[in-house]
Parts: sequence; C-alpha cells; structure tokens
Amino acid sequence: MVEQSDRRCLPLHDFNHLYRFHGGLVLPGRREQTLSSPVIPAGIPPLLVLPLLQHIGEPAEPMVKPGDYVHTGEQIARPVGTVSSPVHASGSGTVVAVEPRAVPHPSGLPADCIVIETDGRDQWLETGDEQPDYREMKPHALLERIRDAGIVGLGGAGFPTRMKLVSGKRGIDTLIINGAECEPYISCDEGLLLERAVEVIEGVRILQRILRPAACTIAVEDSMPGAEAALHEALETLQERDIGVSSIPTIYPTGGERQLIKVLTGCEVPSQGLPADIGIICQNVGTAAAIYRAVSRKEPLVSRIVTVTGRGVQAPCNLETRIGTPLRHLIETCGGYTPEVERLLIGGPMMGFAVNSDTVPVIKTTNCILAVSRGEMPAPPPAQPCIRCGKCTEVCPADLLPQQLYWFARSGNHDAAQDYDLFDCIECGCCAYVCPSHIPLVQYYRHAKTEIWERERQKKKSDLARQRHEARLARLERIRREREERMAKKKRVLAGDDSGVPDPKQAAIQAALERVRRKKEQAQVPPANTENLTPEQQQLIAAADRRRAAKNRDDEQAG
Amino acid sequence: MEFRTYSSPHLPGDDSVERLMRLVLLALIPGSLCAFWLYGWGVLLNILLAATAAMAGEAAMLMIRRRPVLPALLDGSALLTGVLLGLALPPLAPWWIPVIGSLFGIIIAKQLYGGLGYNPFNPAMAGYVVLLIAFPRELSLWPSTGHVLDLRDSLQLVFTGTLPDALSLDSITMATPLDAVKTQLGLSDTLSEIQTTPVFGSFAGAGWEWINLWFLLGGLWMLYRKVIDWQIPAGMLAGLSLMALIFYGINPDIYASPLFHDFSGAAMLGAFYIATDPVSASTTPRGRLYYGLGIGVLTHVIRTWGGYPDGVAFAVLLMNMAAPTLDYYTRPRVFGHSRH
Repeated sequence: MVEQSDRRCLPLHDFNHLYRFHGGLVLPGRREQTLSSPVIPAGIPPLLVLPLLQHIGEPAEPMVKPGDYVHTGEQIARPVGTVSSPVHASGSGTVVAVEPRAVPHPSGLPADCIVIETDGRDQWLETGDEQPDYREMKPHALLERIRDAGIVGLGGAGFPTRMKLVSGKRGIDTLIINGAECEPYISCDEGLLLERAVEVIEGVRILQRILRPAACTIAVEDSMPGAEAALHEALETLQERDIGVSSIPTIYPTGGERQLIKVLTGCEVPSQGLPADIGIICQNVGTAAAIYRAVSRKEPLVSRIVTVTGRGVQAPCNLETRIGTPLRHLIETCGGYTPEVERLLIGGPMMGFAVNSDTVPVIKTTNCILAVSRGEMPAPPPAQPCIRCGKCTEVCPADLLPQQLYWFARSGNHDAAQDYDLFDCIECGCCAYVCPSHIPLVQYYRHAKTEIWERERQKKKSDLARQRHEARLARLERIRREREERMAKKKRVLAGDDSGVPDPKQAAIQAALERVRRKKEQAQVPPANTENLTPEQQQLIAAADRRRAAKNRDDEQAG
Repeated sequence: MEFRTYSSPHLPGDDSVERLMRLVLLALIPGSLCAFWLYGWGVLLNILLAATAAMAGEAAMLMIRRRPVLPALLDGSALLTGVLLGLALPPLAPWWIPVIGSLFGIIIAKQLYGGLGYNPFNPAMAGYVVLLIAFPRELSLWPSTGHVLDLRDSLQLVFTGTLPDALSLDSITMATPLDAVKTQLGLSDTLSEIQTTPVFGSFAGAGWEWINLWFLLGGLWMLYRKVIDWQIPAGMLAGLSLMALIFYGINPDIYASPLFHDFSGAAMLGAFYIATDPVSASTTPRGRLYYGLGIGVLTHVIRTWGGYPDGVAFAVLLMNMAAPTLDYYTRPRVFGHSRH
C-alpha cells in the first residue's frame, strides 16, 4: 500500500478556510501557571551533559577530550554523514569526560555524552563584531550556517533542519510555522511567541529567503490569544505583509505536523512521504527563532525554552535553559519538588515518556519537564476486555481502527497489523485516553512495531546469508562443471576419438600441422652448388639428407 | 530520587465500561416503566428473574473458568443482558422462561466463547431465540391491554402457572399487533379492515406504540450522551422503514406502513439497545451503517414473509455473523492514503 502519489497542494495564500482532521480530543490546557510569569533564565549548572545524539540520524563525533577547555558556543562534536548535526558547548569550562551517561530516552539506556564542568564565567567563543545581514546571504550559505549552528527541529522530532529544508527539491509553495503546542501543559512555544515574536518572524524571513514559498503562515491555537496578538504586533513593527497568522482550533494533536498541514491546507501528506512531496514545509516557531540567532547573531543552538510544570513542582514556569542542563537543576530553579511528586515525564502527558531519575539532561528536543503529583494523573485501573465500542476509531487522527490493531498486536498477527496500517499510527494516545476498558493501546502498538522491525532485521540478515550460501553453491557447481569438461576433453583427445562432433580446437591444431607439413615440403627445394663435389662432400650431404629424412619421419609420427 | 515509569499516555480518560452499561440501563427505564404500566407486574418479574439468572450464570462460569468474579460482575454487562432479555419476553411467561433464556445467553453464547468482548453473538438475542424455538407457546403469552393482573396474581401465575378461578389464560391474553396482522392477513383480511380492530392504537399497534416511543426517547438520550453511535440505530430504522415504504407503496392492503413497523414489536428496543451491543456488532463506522441496514431489512422480511411475528432477534443474530466480513470491507481510508 505504498503510495507514490504526486498530489501537490495548490498554494493557498490566505489560509482563510480551515479544514479539520478526523478525530482528536479537546483536552484541558493546564498552561495558565507557566504562562503567568515571563520566561526565566535557568542559569548555567555546574555540570553540563551533552549527548552526541540529540537529533534524528547519526550521532555526532566528539572533537574534544577530557581536560580541554571549551568556550560557550564552541563546536565540540562534528556531524557524521548527511543526516546528522554538530553539538556545541552550551557553557564555558573544562571537558571532564566523554563517556556513556543516562540520557532522556524511553529505553533508559545510557549513550555517549560530553560532560563539561562549567567555570561559571560563560566565556563565549569570539566570532568577530560584524553583524551578518541575511538579506545579502545566498540560500546555500544560509543553509550551511543553519547546519553549522546545530539546528534541529525543536518541536520534538529533532530532524536536522538543513536536511528538512533541502528535502523540497521540487520547490516549496507553502511554508507553515508551527506555533500550536504539542500537548496540554506544554507552553514553551507560547512563551516564546509572547516574548520574542520579532525573533520568530526574522527567522521565518530567513526561511522564506531559502525556500521562496508562495504562501507563509504562522499557526497558533485559538486558546493562545496572547501569542496571536504578539505576532500581529511584531508583524506590524516589522512591516511584514507576506507572513500570515492563522488561529486554529485547539484540538489535540493539532500540533502534529501532518494534522496541522491538513487543518491549514486540506492536504494530506502521503503516508510514506514527506510534506515536501506536496510542496509544503513545516517548521516549529522555536526552530525559526533559533535560525534567526544562528544567522544574524552567529549564535549556535546552545539553549532553548523548556516548560517545567506539573503539581509535583513548587513554582511551574518556562525556563530559558542551556542544552545539557540536568533536570534536577531546572526543578531546583523552580523551587524544588512538592511532597506529592510521583512521576517525572519528559514531554507532555499524552506522548511524553517517564524517566526514573532527574539526572538526565535537557537536549535540543526537550520541550517540557512534567513533575506529576500523586492523583494528578492516576494510573489507570486494570484493563478490561475490549468491547469493540469504537470510541478509539472516533478519535484516531490517522483514521485507523485501533480496536482491530489491538487484536492483531495482542495475538502477534503482525501481517494483519501491517495490513491495517499499524505504521501510520502516530502514537498520540487518543485511543487509549478514551478507551472505556482502560487498555494501554499505544503500548501494544509500540510493542508490535518493535517486533516487526526486529523481524524485518532478522529477515534481512537471513536473506543475506541465504544469498551468500546460494552464490557459494553456484560457484562450487561451476568449478566442478568446468573441471569435468576439461577432463572429458582430455580423455577424448587421448582416445583419439574424433567420431564425435568436430572440435574447433582440434580442427585448428590439425590445420596448424597441415601448414607445417606444407612448409616442410616447400622446403625440399633442389639443392644448389652441388656440382663439382668431392666424394667426401657427397658423403656428408648424403648423411645429412638421411638424418633430415629420419627427423621428418619422426616428426610426422609424433604429429 | 527514583520515579515510577509508565507508558504514555499518562493523562487518564474518565470513561469506563461500567459507565456505558449504567447509562444504557438508565435509558431503558422510561420504556420499561411504560411496559409495566401497560402489562403489569409480569414485566418487572421477567426483568428481575432474567437479570438474577444472568448474574448468577456469569458468576458461576467465571468461578469455573478461574477468572476474577467481582470486576466482571460489576461491569454491568451481564445485568444488561438479563434486563434486555426480560424486556423481550411476554409478561405472563412462567418463571423458568427468563431463567433458561438468561442462562443460555450467558453460559453458552457468552462465557463459553471467552466472556465479555469475545462473544460473536448477542447473548440476549441468542437466549431469546432458543426460547422462541423451544417454547413457542410460552413465548406467545402477551396480556391483553386492560386486563392487568395485580402483584399477587402475577406471582401466582409466574411461579405456579395457575390463575384465580375467575380468570382463564385465554381471557387475559391477546395476540400482539404484529401477530394479529400476520394471522388476519393470512385469513385474507385487508389491513384497512384489521386497523379497525382493538389491536390498533393511535398510530401503530395498541400499547406497543407507546413503549416504542419511550424506548426511542431513551435511545435519543443515549445518542446525545454519546453512549452509542448513530449508525446502527439509523441504519436499522432506515432499513426497516425503507422496506416497509416500498411494499406499502406497492400494496397498502397487505403490507403494513413504515410507521406501524417502526413502532411495533421490538423495533426501537432493537435499534437502540440490542443491535448496538458493540461486541457482536460491526465495529467500523461504515460497517455499522450496513449492519443496521441489514438488521432493518431482515426484520421486515421475517415479519412479512417469515414464520414469526417479529424478526428482530433473528435479524440481529444473522447480522452478527456478517459483522467480521463487514468490518473487513468497510475499513476507513487511512490518513495520507489515497484509498484502501
């Protein structure tokens, strides 16, 4: 069911008409607390832990070793391959270790990190005083700058931004800037828009210069009137007419790229494809602001806004956080835990994952830290049997049949699960949220996906082994056949068996012998200067003639 | 500090199977009270007996199967099966009728298949059909309107099968409107003639029209509360009405009107409460529409040309069989796919 459709979306310059995606949920926002105060700088912690893999793709390669002094903004790891991103020191200090550490990942497995002991001085790398003007920079120079600054999608996926921007080889006609928050509780994008709308818009202008889209809009949810007003004000200040602002209904998961594109354009990104395939590119508002800083201020990505919230933390707020800051430092900045704290989530309450320790660092894609108190999100009661009520189907934004997928995933029927498009599941959690039987559906889907991936991997491996084995058998068979043929030929020759089909080789040999004989016959020319020979001379000649004749006879016999 | 880890989503929803079953039971109350008002204590006795037997059967089977008994009993599904069966049975039937029906529905049609969520057939209707085939006489004991027995007489009839001397079973029973229409048509009466007899009420069968109306209102309330989807009831009523309309249009003297069909027998009970049992129904949105349509059409076919006055139970069971196929062919188009 792979589709290679080429349904390009017509550019919609006004975005006046909004569409809707199927399903979704109206969830409580729970953003008031973190938005009641401005974004606070979290400062620089004593220890920064910078994982080499904070993006989708290959991990970066370290360029420093323990003992090295690094400045803030200095590149400390270089990208490997095309889909990768560099890592920069987010504070000045001494590298104390390059080793596996706990990182924010659902698996809980450690991964390679560069650990910096900060000196508290925040010494920035000297980059010169000249202020580059992006209006005078070529698109490819801007793209290089974006890559060198280590910018990846800050909305959560962490795809290297340069790669995403060059994915639109056939041209982009619509640029969408995603200011819709991903999930309840998370307010880092709204906080950013409230305070730095101008930076966002400058970033969008840079993106416009690279992509030259016909239409561009910044999408915010209708529950964010403050952000919308801030954007309009900034557009007014900058006298910007080519960027629109769209207020879209707050229906989870409208902040998802595919859902947002559907709402704004009515187009669906093909299942196996990219938005660029239909002429659309979507970038997060945080990414846009980071691009502005990278280009105009020559500042690599060393910090981002992180929402620290939940009833498990004393004073929830949005923090301007250096990448690599351990969660504990942020919690302390927010006044510490409340006594009721029970769980620590990275990301939101619908798609975030739980970590068991607050020593893991903030990475480029960390948008929210949610300290959950007891009773705030009670663990669901034991699962009951699925009654096929279909409430999951009603809310699935991917138009899947979660109840059927559940059956297949549970029974290990992976073929059927794939036939029912398991891999189109975005794991948004809507189905599990509405399930009256409290079945942890997403967990089943993740498990099935992992098993299918593993099976594919095994299959590839065994396919390769089989191919090798078959090639070897074929090679051995060829060698055996060739040897047999040679033996048979030799046997035939030795037996003087020429009754069979005339062998071209044999014929060539015969022809050569014929030629030799003719030559020899021609060679028997009448001897010259034979008059007046002495008897001794005649005897010698006669002897030589006899020898030659004997030799010729021998040769003929041998032939 | 060590934190507990769970899988996402972490935000819990507030729906539950118990809540759904409770709302369905609540929605049944007006129609049941109307039936009680029209047909007396027998209605409540049926519900009570069927529900008790259903719960007992469920508990016994769960114990035999070594499954947790209390959570499954408290989900309300067995109770609902009993109540629905009790409402479908004639109020003058002996006590063992609801008991046998319930036990068959719960033990054979539900628990032997694996309990809630695994039964391919609607347990209440499976129980009802077994009774209908095995005990046709007992299943025809519908009281005539106006002859409502008091509680003592009802108990006596249900548990001993005897009546006070002044009454005979024939004097207090009456054919249901659907039954009357079938019999009279068989005697070559026209519908316009039949409509003048007392089995006809204001706009459909006497008494039944009001029961159906109250069940309809309860059903609309369930739609409003999003307990059920619109597809199955709409499909079933559309199928039934459409068939009735076509044949009523062809010959109104021998085919009853859509209004009569929609407000007679188990039409509304079936459309909103029985056919909507999600476990045995189709589960895709489009599939549910076809599923409902099929039940409606089959109900009309059985009522009009079949051997039984009503056809909801058979229609439901027949469409139960078709549900997996419907599900397979009515999968929705997945986001980002051009078609399926």
